[in-house]
Amino acid sequence: MPVITYSEALRQALREAMTNDPRVFIIGEDVVHYDSAYGVTKGFLKEFGPERIKDMPIAEAGYAGLGIGAAMNGLRPVVEMMTTNFAILALDMIINHAAKLHYMFGGQFTCPIVFRMPNGYGQLSATHSQAFDNYYAYMPGLKVVVPGTPYDAKGLMKAAIEDPDPVIFIEHTGIYNIKGEVPEESYTVPIGKSNLLHDGKDVTIVGYGRMIPYCQQAVETLASEGIDAALVDLRTIRPLDMEPVLESFRKTNRAVIATEEWTSVGVGSEIAARLYTEGFDHLDAPIWRVGFDEVPMPYAKNLEAHVVPNADSVIQAVKNVLAGKTQKIRQQ
Amino acid sequence: MEKQDLLADYRTMVLIRSFEEHCQQQYTRARIGGFLHLYVGQEAVAVGAIGALKAQDHLVTHYRDHGHALARGLEPKPLMAELFGRSTGTGKGKGGSMHFADKNKNFWGGYAIVGAHLLLAMGIAYSIKYKREVLGEADQDGVVMCFFGDGATNGGEFYEAVSMAALYKLPIVFLCENNEFAMGTPLSVHTSVTEIHKKASPFMPGERVNGNDVEEMRARALHAVNHARTEGPYFLEAMTYRLRGHSAADPQMYRTRDDINARRSGDPIALLKQKLIDQNLLTEKQAKQIDKEVEKEMDAVVQFAEESPAPDLSEAWTEIYSKPL
Ligand SMILES: Cc1ncc(C[n+]2csc(CCOP(=O)(O)OP(=O)(O)O)c2C)c(N)n1
Ligand SMILES: [Mg+2]
Repeated sequence: MPVITYSEALRQALREAMTNDPRVFIIGEDVVHYDSAYGVTKGFLKEFGPERIKDMPIAEAGYAGLGIGAAMNGLRPVVEMMTTNFAILALDMIINHAAKLHYMFGGQFTCPIVFRMPNGYGQLSATHSQAFDNYYAYMPGLKVVVPGTPYDAKGLMKAAIEDPDPVIFIEHTGIYNIKGEVPEESYTVPIGKSNLLHDGKDVTIVGYGRMIPYCQQAVETLASEGIDAALVDLRTIRPLDMEPVLESFRKTNRAVIATEEWTSVGVGSEIAARLYTEGFDHLDAPIWRVGFDEVPMPYAKNLEAHVVPNADSVIQAVKNVLAGKTQKIRQQ
Repeated sequence: MEKQDLLADYRTMVLIRSFEEHCQQQYTRARIGGFLHLYVGQEAVAVGAIGALKAQDHLVTHYRDHGHALARGLEPKPLMAELFGRSTGTGKGKGGSMHFADKNKNFWGGYAIVGAHLLLAMGIAYSIKYKREVLGEADQDGVVMCFFGDGATNGGEFYEAVSMAALYKLPIVFLCENNEFAMGTPLSVHTSVTEIHKKASPFMPGERVNGNDVEEMRARALHAVNHARTEGPYFLEAMTYRLRGHSAADPQMYRTRDDINARRSGDPIALLKQKLIDQNLLTEKQAKQIDKEVEKEMDAVVQFAEESPAPDLSEAWTEIYSKPL
């Protein structure tokens, strides 16, 4: 099977959708003349022409609304928001409109749209290094997928474009270049299905998106130290599929939740709550959550590295859980 | 172009007025809940402008949507049922007053976030052009008409919509109903550019029209729609005045009864009635007859809503997604 990057996997899915369905078109800032900020749609102008991929003005609400209106009228827009930081300027369009249209008009209108947006950081300081996964996962009416492997990136992108409802597709600048096996042929990964990536008996690590490569590293390192960790990749954070998580948790009785977000009131908080409510009888030790330290992102390299999670943070959290320690979330 | 049937327009305006009066009554009786924004005083704008649209054209509006829905030919019964929160309503009782819609009539809905729906309207217009030019659907020649208030022209979404509609030369008419108030805030307090159409003038042609004169409204809307269909976006600012509160529960501290009474001379229904009488197209007796007929129709409308069943509780959980999870 070919080994390709996450970014190439996305490109394959987008190319396939664009080729098969002329209703699919891409809009976003700098997707054409700049050749797309992170290169995912590189070369598409030549391949598909200027009507199928269009540079948008820096008006996030504006082109989000353009996409939603077009989706309501039967097209299949893929809207690239340059980063999640800028996408919050379009929250009104996404939350008050895309997510609500079908329901509030009694099922008369649908909104088959995909919003692509990367999280990420890299000495970009406070406004350019954020994660808002929980904003979207909070909202009935939206689906939110966050692939952590090239295989899932391709399959979930295909599924997202084919989905009849609005899908928020969260990527990450830190993993566009990771590689993995990806079939050349067409396939979809179902939205709303978590995936047991690695079985284990000592502790269940739950993560998604950018944390998956870190969690995989952690699982390997822990194995070399004799700790047998399971890893569940959520892949979708709305609708949430807790069953594979609970199944593993019933065996391990311990959990670490690894998400790249501020810990309080995050997606990880919901996973923890579900483990407490649905897995209460199986809980043998306090749950630990791994995330950003709760500070605005600093610029200095050492400070930034200090406040973001990585494989070591996951390993440390696993050891804390196994030692029965209780986590204190620090907010100041 | 067909000659405007002023008598038919008169009847529709009377129907809208009567529908709104019945809404007010039913609201007072607590059969209608939530926010209820009545259209009393602005009827000529909807009837004049929407009469310029063809069946293939599209309409997007805000929360003050009753008049627009009725002028577009939506049946009053499912509208009243929606207000009553009944399963026979246009939104099956999930939307209420601010969210009337009828896909079959290209009535894409009333939206309640001020200024936001201009972007959806712009997107629908974009899709029309895309379907014609990319998908090769030659019959796609619809125009989108988007209604909003004077208060909706200060936020960013307004400027994004007019700027992008112009950039892509979209078939869209932006129609601002300038009723001189945004809730209780007078025009001159919420904007320095009180001639609202000038806000869009760098982007598209536009004009101010007398929104209380259904003939002038129709004529200028036809011009605007024709321009949108053949060349690109157009902006209409219809001057009008709301004779009721912002919503049914508004104590109207921002104006006096005398202020309102002074504006009754501009009541579009009274103006049209006088015009029709002057032109010998209507007699007082016939006008009374129309009132009576409409009144009777409205009694049946209210009765239909009353007798309709409330939605089954399981409905709370349907239609969150178009494909259930
Ligand atoms: C974004 C937003 N802010 C505030 C409100 C509350 N609100 C509803 S209508 C309204 C006034 C709008 O006035 P205008 O646009 O002139 O329309 P009109 O009601 O006069 O028809 C306000 C402030 C809202 N619905 N949405
Ligand atoms: Mg107003």
